[in-house]
Amino acid sequence: MTTKTLRAGGGFSVRYEPRAALSVLGLLVLTVAVAVVLIGTGDFPMTPGEVVDTLLGKGTVVQEFAVMDLRLPRVLVAVFVGAALAVGGAVFQSVSRNPLGSPDVIGFGQGATVGALAVIVLFQGDAAAAAGGAVVGGLVTGVTIYLLAWKKGVHGYRLVLVGIGAAAMLTSVIHYLITKANLVDATRATVWMTGSLDGRDWSQFWPLFAVCCVLLPLVLGHGRALRMLEMGDDAAYALGVKVERTRIVLMASAVLLVAVATSAAGPIVFVSLSAPQLARRLTRAPGPNLAASALMGSALLLSADWIATNAFGERQLPVGVVTGILGGCYLLWLLVTERKAGRI
Amino acid sequence: MTTHAKNKDNRSTGMTGRQKQRLSAESVTLAYEQRVIARDLSVEIPDNSFTVIVGPNACGKSTLLRALSRMLKPAEGRVLLDGASIHSLPAKKVAKTLGLLPQSSIAPDGITVADLVARGRYPHQGLLRQWSPEDERIVQESMASTGVAELADRYVDELSGGQRQRVWIAMALAQQTPLLLLDEPTTFLDIQHQIDVLDLCAELHETQGRTLVAVLHDLNHAARYATHLIAVRGGEVVAEGPPSEVVTAELVERVFGLRCQVIEDPETGTPLVVPAGRKARARDTGAAQKPALQK
Repeated sequence: MTTKTLRAGGGFSVRYEPRAALSVLGLLVLTVAVAVVLIGTGDFPMTPGEVVDTLLGKGTVVQEFAVMDLRLPRVLVAVFVGAALAVGGAVFQSVSRNPLGSPDVIGFGQGATVGALAVIVLFQGDAAAAAGGAVVGGLVTGVTIYLLAWKKGVHGYRLVLVGIGAAAMLTSVIHYLITKANLVDATRATVWMTGSLDGRDWSQFWPLFAVCCVLLPLVLGHGRALRMLEMGDDAAYALGVKVERTRIVLMASAVLLVAVATSAAGPIVFVSLSAPQLARRLTRAPGPNLAASALMGSALLLSADWIATNAFGERQLPVGVVTGILGGCYLLWLLVTERKAGRI
Repeated sequence: MTTHAKNKDNRSTGMTGRQKQRLSAESVTLAYEQRVIARDLSVEIPDNSFTVIVGPNACGKSTLLRALSRMLKPAEGRVLLDGASIHSLPAKKVAKTLGLLPQSSIAPDGITVADLVARGRYPHQGLLRQWSPEDERIVQESMASTGVAELADRYVDELSGGQRQRVWIAMALAQQTPLLLLDEPTTFLDIQHQIDVLDLCAELHETQGRTLVAVLHDLNHAARYATHLIAVRGGEVVAEGPPSEVVTAELVERVFGLRCQVIEDPETGTPLVVPAGRKARARDTGAAQKPALQK
């Protein structure tokens, strides 16, 4: 692949690979297109043209209400949850140099779930409190796994093994909490656990958006250093990368992104795992492909949401079920190919 | 071998007032956690030399190189680069002066030779200045001088071990550092590629005037290519100087515990170590050798 350079005055220059740049552009268009279609779908259907008009402020009052109050926040939550999960996944897969070193495999999702469930079951907290619990649970899990896996820097296999162990333990805690709950709380907990975008409004969107506004640029800004890290700590060090600091900043950001995304939409599985891998296959570029991963996550989650609400006729599914089914197939395929390549 | 073992008048740091080499270790204690590898070790790397560090396995030679390249922070003492403690300098600034070819690096999946070599430019770049015409020129030059220019568009995974090592060296060259450290650059290569890589190092040293520091296993390679030799044993520098002075039968026995003859290399005139025959060694040290054999 030939790398191209874009130059401007003042010595400004950006390096990009044409196929990767095209992929990012294509995913952006796809994300917007699916978002528009999704906004137009529902009990009150609208054509894409009407949706765009309404977004531009030229809709009827009813259209305005349907789009701005009901559907747009839900779609935007999906966009940012998808992006946050995917970037978190891309960072962890890159740091651990292992596609299985993904937050949803190594227990962060489960950690956030335990946090939310503890709030619901033990304290009968409301939705906002449960979201807060999810963030705390995710962060505590992230720090714990990091400390357990830390030994002169985090290394791939240890992170994956410790994480899978933690995920298993956290899963049993989840089951314990559900058996302890009364019927109402257990139902709420189960709904929360499936991962859903139903009923998401602006109150879920704004905290998610704020966190993403800070952390996504921060992570993307460290993207070049992360690429150097993939060559091994020594090589990165020799090139002047502050290895430990870069890794801490990136991993902390990734944990926070995943925790906040999970608190907004519940544990939506397999987006972290599959989006970075799919993005990489699309761009065919080495490295973590952060921007492409983010958009792939958004597009994936929006598409899964469309399938969840439309593909099964009257019976709507929570989006977590769809990503679970798609992701499960993908995980199997990944395990088989990794096995063939002799990497696991 | 014509060489300048201690050309101390090459450069003044101006910091301490006395003249010093660009890279040196000042009474460093090197340890991995609790395990001390070397205590109170001092070395100077002569400017413009091709310095080779030799010694038996686990003598601390790679550890010394890691300390010189700031990969390992000394428990005591300090490593000086241009008069300042190397750990106090900004990472990118060091990376513009001192390059390192680690013992093993990982080529990212699906990366081409040109893209990997281009990563050597990282310390010279910024978020908003990612690729200058100069970067392009230096990458081309680095690939040309290591003989991998025609492989530019190939994937690194597809290359042979020897070619891959050349690519990594090209990446280190693209970093454009006056000092370049190489940690066992010939390990895992067959004899032809070992010589190939060492020839390349000698050429870089001679034509580009870079200071090279390498850890090598093969004493004969070290004697042939080095202009300055540092012999390490048990975390201590046993001898240093030009190979023609340092490599003697006594030193080899002292450092490696191997009886040998040192003869003149018929090709280059440098010292050539010929281990004593098995029976001759057994006869001389019979009693002392036995416990070691039983281990």
